Amino acid sequence: MKPVLKPGRERAAVVAPDATPLEVRGLTAAYREKPVLWDVSFHVPEGQLVGIIGPNGAGKTTLLKVVMGLMQPAAGRVRVFGQSFQKARRYVGYVPQRGSVDWDFPTDALDVVQMGLYGKLGWFRRPGKKERRVAEECLEKVGMGAFAHRQISQLSGGQQQRVFLARALAQDARLYLMDEPFAGVDYTTERAIVGLLRELKAQGRTVVAVHHDLGTAAEYFDRIVILNRHLIAEGPVGRALTRENLEAAYGGSGAFIGDR
Amino acid sequence: MSAGFVIIVTGILVAVPCAVLGTLLVLRQMAMVGDAISHAVLPGIVLAFFLSGSLGPLAALVGAGAFGLLTAVFIEALRSTGRVKEDSSIGIVFTALFALGAFLISRYAGNVHLDLEHVLYGEIAFAPLNTLVVGGVDLGPRTFWTLGIVTVLALGLVLLLYKELKVSTFDPGLAVALGLAPGVVHYLLMGAVSVTVVGAFDAVGAILVVAFLIAPPATAYLLTERLSYMMVLAVAVGVVSAVAGYYLAYAANVSIAGAMAVAAGALFATAVLASPTHGVLANAARRRRNRRSFARGLLLAGLSRSRRSTEHDLAHHLGWDGERVSTVLRAARSGGFVLQTGNGEVVLTRKGQEAVENLSRALR
Repeated sequence: MKPVLKPGRERAAVVAPDATPLEVRGLTAAYREKPVLWDVSFHVPEGQLVGIIGPNGAGKTTLLKVVMGLMQPAAGRVRVFGQSFQKARRYVGYVPQRGSVDWDFPTDALDVVQMGLYGKLGWFRRPGKKERRVAEECLEKVGMGAFAHRQISQLSGGQQQRVFLARALAQDARLYLMDEPFAGVDYTTERAIVGLLRELKAQGRTVVAVHHDLGTAAEYFDRIVILNRHLIAEGPVGRALTRENLEAAYGGSGAFIGDR
Repeated sequence: MSAGFVIIVTGILVAVPCAVLGTLLVLRQMAMVGDAISHAVLPGIVLAFFLSGSLGPLAALVGAGAFGLLTAVFIEALRSTGRVKEDSSIGIVFTALFALGAFLISRYAGNVHLDLEHVLYGEIAFAPLNTLVVGGVDLGPRTFWTLGIVTVLALGLVLLLYKELKVSTFDPGLAVALGLAPGVVHYLLMGAVSVTVVGAFDAVGAILVVAFLIAPPATAYLLTERLSYMMVLAVAVGVVSAVAGYYLAYAANVSIAGAMAVAAGALFATAVLASPTHGVLANAARRRRNRRSFARGLLLAGLSRSRRSTEHDLAHHLGWDGERVSTVLRAARSGGFVLQTGNGEVVLTRKGQEAVENLSRALR
């Protein structure tokens, strides 16, 4: 095995136990020369559930892309556990938007969950019995144990979302990045996800989730980051999620939703 | 070695790597990229011919591999400008490169073995005549060597990087997050497709190779819901096409490569019709079954509301015409859901009542 083809191990840093899970400093991101995020700075303390909210086109997904190194920032930088994402990636779990993959892909739920373990396996090595068992346990945790061998296109939207969450659990990360985990799921799944987030928090893990529903943001998260290209506000829910801040982010339309 | 044997093995050695790589192309919705590469490698082959002075298999493989990768890079570069959609960018890149190859051939190489017809359709029938001779020793048909290398390369890539190829196909975002460089994997796959296409070139030509890249995987896609099975099935379909195509060509006295592609198409058509899960026939049967059981449910529910009624009452109650009521009723009676008394009254049996209960439970 050539070390050059094998990230994740040799090049990965061992992070300090008290390192800040996510730190964004002076971040500006642009598509061509059109800025989508402008001079955004905030940090996420360990063990917190953090919701990123903001109107459509506010740069929420772009922020996740930059954090994961899928997109280069125009200025500023992102630190994950005090390192670049590339070096810290084995501590990071990722839950993409459900619509970002082709659910007609020929595979079953268990196999999708096992993909979460591919990073730890590194290049060339195949998943074996151990990986299979971990994946089965993770499916159990999201209440999907009975669907392990169901073809993924035959799962409901909520079940698909739970498969993605099980996959993130399999990654056994310290920081989870989730892109709209609650989008288009039924009530049962929504409760299951909330339960899971709280369990992660109880284990001292950190979750950063893009969130759309202002009505539930205060209930689900400890801290809120409000974006609208600029950083509007960030901090503990009680301090950040105020009427003024929501009006600043959403214009007049946010006022009646965020009235609290 | 009989000529027929050489041709069949050559066909199989085209079918196997094409099926394995084509499976990934089809799942990546890149089937037409395979088509593009199969044409765009032409200038690479011509340049390799100029540089090496002969049509050595290795020079052609290298030249074509380089142009195949170049095609993938160009398509991506053009698409990422945001001014050209992916399908247009594929169309522009491969026609331009193919035209360049055609230009080079007709301008500088008019008299050599590289004729366009050969490029487009191949000539697998010549496979037995072309032997590889090294230092005066006859090493057997040349296609066995070129396509053998190609098959080993393609299978090697897929076996070695199976999980990397799978995750970067299903969820490239995750592959990046895991550090499994989907970009590198993408270009390795494109390189393998290029080399395969070139190897297959002599045998089946630039157009028919697309049939081997796409038809067997598309057939397998209709028959299984697991990636590894899909690859194995695609290989099986490809091999059967090659063998059946040879005998078809022999019997009908037609182009062998053409007959192989026709066989692949016929297998695909069969799968479209007869696949037990996704086939047209299975779907139609499922729809008919559902329609019937739904109609029966409606009839039973109507009956349970009115307890006792005649066929006529039911028709009135459901708003159906008499013919439909009697058809559905006949089916319900033979299924044991209802009984018809001597004076024409229809009564739910116990089984019928259970069916109604199940139906209303399903609605809750």
